[in-house]
Amino acid sequence: MAKELLKGNVAIAEAAVRYGLEAYFGYPITPQTEMLEYLSKRMPELGRVFVQAESELGAVNMVYGAACTGARVMTSSSSPGISLMMEGLSYIAGTELPAVLVDVMRGGPGLGNIAPSQQDYNQITHGGGHGDYYPIVLAPASIQEAIDYIGLAFDLSEKYRSLAVLLIDGSLGQMMEPAELPEMQPVRAAYPHWAARGATGRGRIVHTSIYLNPIEQEKTNFRILSRWREVQANEVRFKEYYLDDAEYAIIAFGTAGRVALSAVRAARAAGIKVGLLRPITLAPFPGNAVRELAKRVQSLLVVEMNNGQMVDDVLANIHDQTPVEFYGRPGGNVPLADEILAEIERIVKGKLTLNGHPRDRWLDRMLTKS
Amino acid sequence: MQVDIIIAGFGGQGVLFAGQLLAYAAMDNGYHVTWYPSYGPEMRGGTANCTVIIADEEIGAPVVGSPQVLLAMNRPSLDKYESSVKPDGFLIINSSIIDRPVVRKDVHVINVPANEIAEKIGDKRMTNMVMLGALLANLPLLSIETIVSELRAHLPERHQKLIPANIRALTEGARFQLEPV
Amino acid sequence: MDMLGEETIVYERPATLTDLSSHYCPGCTHGIAHRLAAEVLDEMNFRERTIGVASVGCSVFAYNYFNFDFVQAPHGRAPAMATGVKRVLPDRIVFTYQGDGDLASIGMGEIVAAAARGENITVIFINNANYGMTGGQMAPTTLPGQVTTSSPTGRDIEVAGFPIRVSEMLSSLDGAAYVVRRSLHDPKNIRLAKKAIRAAFEVQARGLGFSMVELLSTCPTNWGMTPVDAIHWLETKMLPYYPVGDYKVGPAVAEIKI
Repeated sequence: MAKELLKGNVAIAEAAVRYGLEAYFGYPITPQTEMLEYLSKRMPELGRVFVQAESELGAVNMVYGAACTGARVMTSSSSPGISLMMEGLSYIAGTELPAVLVDVMRGGPGLGNIAPSQQDYNQITHGGGHGDYYPIVLAPASIQEAIDYIGLAFDLSEKYRSLAVLLIDGSLGQMMEPAELPEMQPVRAAYPHWAARGATGRGRIVHTSIYLNPIEQEKTNFRILSRWREVQANEVRFKEYYLDDAEYAIIAFGTAGRVALSAVRAARAAGIKVGLLRPITLAPFPGNAVRELAKRVQSLLVVEMNNGQMVDDVLANIHDQTPVEFYGRPGGNVPLADEILAEIERIVKGKLTLNGHPRDRWLDRMLTKS
Repeated sequence: MQVDIIIAGFGGQGVLFAGQLLAYAAMDNGYHVTWYPSYGPEMRGGTANCTVIIADEEIGAPVVGSPQVLLAMNRPSLDKYESSVKPDGFLIINSSIIDRPVVRKDVHVINVPANEIAEKIGDKRMTNMVMLGALLANLPLLSIETIVSELRAHLPERHQKLIPANIRALTEGARFQLEPV
Repeated sequence: MDMLGEETIVYERPATLTDLSSHYCPGCTHGIAHRLAAEVLDEMNFRERTIGVASVGCSVFAYNYFNFDFVQAPHGRAPAMATGVKRVLPDRIVFTYQGDGDLASIGMGEIVAAAARGENITVIFINNANYGMTGGQMAPTTLPGQVTTSSPTGRDIEVAGFPIRVSEMLSSLDGAAYVVRRSLHDPKNIRLAKKAIRAAFEVQARGLGFSMVELLSTCPTNWGMTPVDAIHWLETKMLPYYPVGDYKVGPAVAEIKI
């Protein structure tokens, strides 16, 4: 199919439809509302399910119900709305059901603002809802990737009976880029053996996340973890730029990743051998790739649109073998390429250290600046 | 090659649409392009702006600190972005309603009385097309013909009858071309 | 020698109930409510097309006792979950089974929204004037002056406000097609309750919209009474505050003859 100029939110919604989305439940919140608006017209047009729920609590539990029937189902929201959904997400995870969530992150905490942010990294990748569960988290950096990865999210979610989250920020939801949508695929004709669709000619199917016997709950947690180990072994994805001869490397995802790419190019033009590793799966985190990269370079720079969340996953993977620096813009700010370039130059010129936490050094620099 | 353009003005001046036309034209001419809007409360009657980046390779940052081109549709836009334009860049000014001269000496300034021209054409809504015409004349990346065909493709049916006026606006705007330096 | 003649079965477990002893306390009327729902689904031959939604509370394990597909919702969210199931499978019969803490307190948003949407689901609502599962705390339905473990001197309306009459409240919504209150305190009322449950499922089967049967129930353990005293308390204290009756019977519903 030809490329079209597509707005992120609309592109994700239409791509989901073409990948066989059967039901969507949502609630308005900026900057993801276009997804809800678009699907309010598109889904009924195709005879599929759309409900504007009474709240994010309602929406996520409608998703939970639809997921029990084996339907391809999703919801979308933005940071404060995602917080409201956490209860339902934990239940979906505890019931071992597939479901897809799109989080178009905005600035916070609290009501915050509607500007682009990556404040939900920890909440999404490390839980948020209660209990031992592990969502698959995909972080596209362009609208084409957003289209491709919403399809991947459905596939992985169903393959591993797991939550899959497409984690983007407001800028990716709102911007337009040329991208190619997939061909329309039919909705599924057959449902998995576990789908609760009425006990026609068979015994009953029960979906629940309650195991009053702790031993049974433990077995369930082991089962969830075993599945997660498979995900970790098979589904890690990341993209590398200019890393072959790199002496320094940036690690950044999503929009921060693409801004970092601009900075890397500018630094290369100035003769600095710097590259970029952009995680596409934030969970499973590309820990091995980060570890191997750390062995090859003099220093790593982690860039995020928050106070430094993924940086802890980087540190946890490299075991203090390589100096790490952090640069972030929290609260709904997108760093400029020049800011990251300045960080690269500072690192190249400066004295690197393994002492202390990179977040502390960064905060001191930021507070001195302002 | 990468060109960063900021188009800014009041809501209702057609700022976002002008940017989208550029983006469509860039895409159909084989370029990489991003269109990034201001969004949210700003959209409702306040200022509006969008950043359009046109490049011949994968585009990194969709937002820029210093654009090569600023298309300022009103005074607040000039006040906000004048200092950020790259040296040697272009400042295209809607001189009909911007009541102060540009301070910067290291940029190319193109004053376009866009409101007057649009009114002479008979439709105030053409202001953005006049400005876009001036931009295209000074940044020979995309032709006026390309923009016209994008208009045909993307103007809603009920506005298709305005295409001749749009063409006039683009052509009138394109007359404001700087002498080659 | 055949002294008794041929045996006739006059009473047996409905096919849609599993062959399990329930975990409910002696004298609790949950068992009656379960049986009524099962008898109705048997009579309507709906077992293979029914999906139940359990809630959080004493009836959290309802899915153990019903012999058809069941899903289990977070506390209060059963109507939303039922919405998700029903919208995907509009030709199935979907019902929630919720207590008063679940439906009238934490789940008030979901039940009101589902009723307002005219969601074509059935709700069986057990009102026993307290939180049973957690040991008898004050619920939205606890009567003024009623002693519970979290209103030890009796529900003080100055501090804790007033009980919520859910049926009356939901009956004001245009989306609600059938909203009635029944009681499980004696055989006559139990028969009326069954008739109402039948009507509610008929409403759903005919696609007429939201239906709910509120069932006044006893909780002898947490009320600190014998089962017989509990029934007496229901009759003398709860019934005056929560009168049985048909609070909403939509015009199309009125034509249903059972």
